Amino acid sequence: MTAAPARLTLEGIVKRFGTFRANDNVSLKIAKGSIHAILGENGAGKSTLMNVIYGLYEQDGGRILSNGKEVRITDPREAMALGIGMVHQHFKQVNTMSVVENVVLGLPGRQILNLDEDRRRIKELADELGSEIDPDQPMWTLPIGTQQRVEILKMLYRDADLLILDEPTSVLTPTEIKAFFVLLEKLRESGRTILLITHKLDEVMDLADRVTVMRLGRVEAELEIANTTPRELARVMVGRDVVFDIQHAPPKVGDPVLELDEITAVDDRGIGALHGLSLTVRGGEILGIVGIDGNGQGELAEAIAGLRSISQGRIAICGQDASGFDPSERKSVLKMGYVPEDRQKVGLDLDSDIAFNMVLRSFRAPPFSKYGWIDFKKIRAHAVDLAERYDIRMQSVSQRVRDLSGGNQQKIILAREIEDNPKLLVVAQPTKGLDVGAIEFVQRTLLAQRDQGTGVLYISSELEELLLVADRLAVIFKGRIIGDMPASEATSEKLGLLMTGRELA
Amino acid sequence: MFDFLIDPVQLANVLGTALRLSIPLIFAAMGGLLCERSGVFNIALEGQILFGAFGAAVGAFYFGSAYGGLVIAIAFGAASGLLLAVLGITLRVNQIVVGIAIILFATGFTSFMSRLLFPGGGNSLKLDGFSNIDIPLLSDIPILGPVLFSQNGLVYVAIFSVFAVHFVLFRTRVGMSIRAVGESPAAADAAGIHVFALRYACVIIGSSLAALGGAYLVLTQVLLFSDNISAGKGFIALAAIVLGRWQPSIAFMACLLFGLFDAVQLRMQFDQPDIPYQVFAALPYLVAILALVGLMGQANPPSSVGRPYDREMR
Repeated sequence: MTAAPARLTLEGIVKRFGTFRANDNVSLKIAKGSIHAILGENGAGKSTLMNVIYGLYEQDGGRILSNGKEVRITDPREAMALGIGMVHQHFKQVNTMSVVENVVLGLPGRQILNLDEDRRRIKELADELGSEIDPDQPMWTLPIGTQQRVEILKMLYRDADLLILDEPTSVLTPTEIKAFFVLLEKLRESGRTILLITHKLDEVMDLADRVTVMRLGRVEAELEIANTTPRELARVMVGRDVVFDIQHAPPKVGDPVLELDEITAVDDRGIGALHGLSLTVRGGEILGIVGIDGNGQGELAEAIAGLRSISQGRIAICGQDASGFDPSERKSVLKMGYVPEDRQKVGLDLDSDIAFNMVLRSFRAPPFSKYGWIDFKKIRAHAVDLAERYDIRMQSVSQRVRDLSGGNQQKIILAREIEDNPKLLVVAQPTKGLDVGAIEFVQRTLLAQRDQGTGVLYISSELEELLLVADRLAVIFKGRIIGDMPASEATSEKLGLLMTGRELA
Repeated sequence: MFDFLIDPVQLANVLGTALRLSIPLIFAAMGGLLCERSGVFNIALEGQILFGAFGAAVGAFYFGSAYGGLVIAIAFGAASGLLLAVLGITLRVNQIVVGIAIILFATGFTSFMSRLLFPGGGNSLKLDGFSNIDIPLLSDIPILGPVLFSQNGLVYVAIFSVFAVHFVLFRTRVGMSIRAVGESPAAADAAGIHVFALRYACVIIGSSLAALGGAYLVLTQVLLFSDNISAGKGFIALAAIVLGRWQPSIAFMACLLFGLFDAVQLRMQFDQPDIPYQVFAALPYLVAILALVGLMGQANPPSSVGRPYDREMR
């Protein structure tokens, strides 16, 4: 593997945003026909580096060599001409257009469109990759996994032999991930080079030949996969030892803080999502909600938060009927904290600064405003204090939240929701898209809350995470809880059965 | 009140008026549609019609020919489009604000300059215009013949523009790129399309088309220039684009619909002198509002319309 010539070489790449160095003297060498992983936490500068290679950003210093020749890439067109194709984490697709239109988009050819030949070639390429794709289907009707295949196909259609994949599995379901790995192996066998950007250790261990670990914009290490271990990688990536298992003391259970009694609700399309769901969370315990995505988890969280109305049943928070309280009163009066699943759309106002996001739910009342006047000084001081205690990495509290990494965004929400000592915390998929360091932080924070007597409802599709953190587990299936057990008695097998709707004997 | 609907001669008359009144709407709607499909809001259509009308008067006055008017009208339209493009695409100023600014500027500029340039003011002009072209045989068909086949050249250009815009958008490679740029400029950029160049081209061509609507008014209808001659047609055209769901063919029919109601209301003004004419004059606008309310929630604009593209924005 090491004898293969370098497909792409980076020498001392520097990219600055203002005074912030997103890439600081990054060098790496990618061997032809290999799968090379770039591993790093969110905000380590991986995506920035890829955008430099792909010509979306221009580097402030350093050289890029493609097949040994120095190149200047100032535009995706030039990258493509060099055989470099990129699949972004958020796909660059036109949803309203069909597969064939998306693939052909931007390619030269006769002005009057005739896509029959393209349709045929797309089908051929799809066959080669072992997937079934109808070239005439509109993009938005395809499952995410297939959309990703179309992205890859689009690059191959342009004769790319170096594929950059930015966090490719973050959007996929476990089954899709398996199929995706097979696809990558196939691509490597066909002699193509793959640059895999990820923060998931197991992916790197399973797939890659070599790995470059980045932290805070610099290269920390470049290692052969054969000569390393997950623990070593995690340590290099985070900069300290990561404890994979969390110790927790037995819960000191208190009074119920959340009681759901036979609640019923519909989803956005008006189809029933919750069908008489009942559960209880007590103070000082973490109740994990286990289930396959789409069994009503999202609606459950929204119903408790007051963002979705229920047609039947009763929600009581700290013994009080919640029906008359709107989302903001549920926080201020009923003492409920809420960490929504979609942190970017629901949890934060991305274009506002950190300080404002910290008081998003409380700035209308004292101490942050009096007689209708907002006290910006107090808000800033509050934010500086929280940012320090929750280890939020930023330049200043007046930075836009959009420019922060996912982990830091989640910390802002946690800080905001936990700071006024809630009795109940509802968290939905709190670690989605986060790296190991941030996941550990989130879990520790939630456990600390529990030890203070807060009741936590922890909704997640990551089974292992729930087994690690929760005290009790309840399985949700088709909008109902069909079984619950203490975490100590739970096994993946038992839960797996329940998750597919089979009752335990 | 509605007797004219039964009498064939009067009906032909109303239909002819309807077509005449819808031509500026068609030009403006096709121009605006092209801009919006490429992702740029062009609410300046009203001002661009006015610019076109003024340019047509200037050209026809100084060159002494309708074709001279046409050339200057297009130049004015293109210039206003360039202004919109520089501000709204390159400098990323809010496109609604730029649009309003262009409208206000057009109103003041054309009123002022017409007093300066035309002896006795724009109203006293007697310009050379385009005359009607009779298409042999077809124009002899009773009722519909004169309506459809005995019109001036600009009418045929307007109808041709509908086919042209449709063909370019949906049957050509560049049209596919335009639609992609309007839906998702980031995707188009990643696919190697020149987002900015394409948006500039669409805005300049679209604005020139809208200006032709103004040229039509001056060079075929009134042969003079009067202040604010566009009289809200640009806004009706915007409504036609929405009503037409950004499809050239449907937007074309929406323009005809608005034109028809305008013709009907003119007829009713004429027939009912004892009712204040403003009541009837409001009719096309009322229809526009009702049509939009009826379609509420069904229209899907190009998803990036009005959002300037910034590659380094995350």
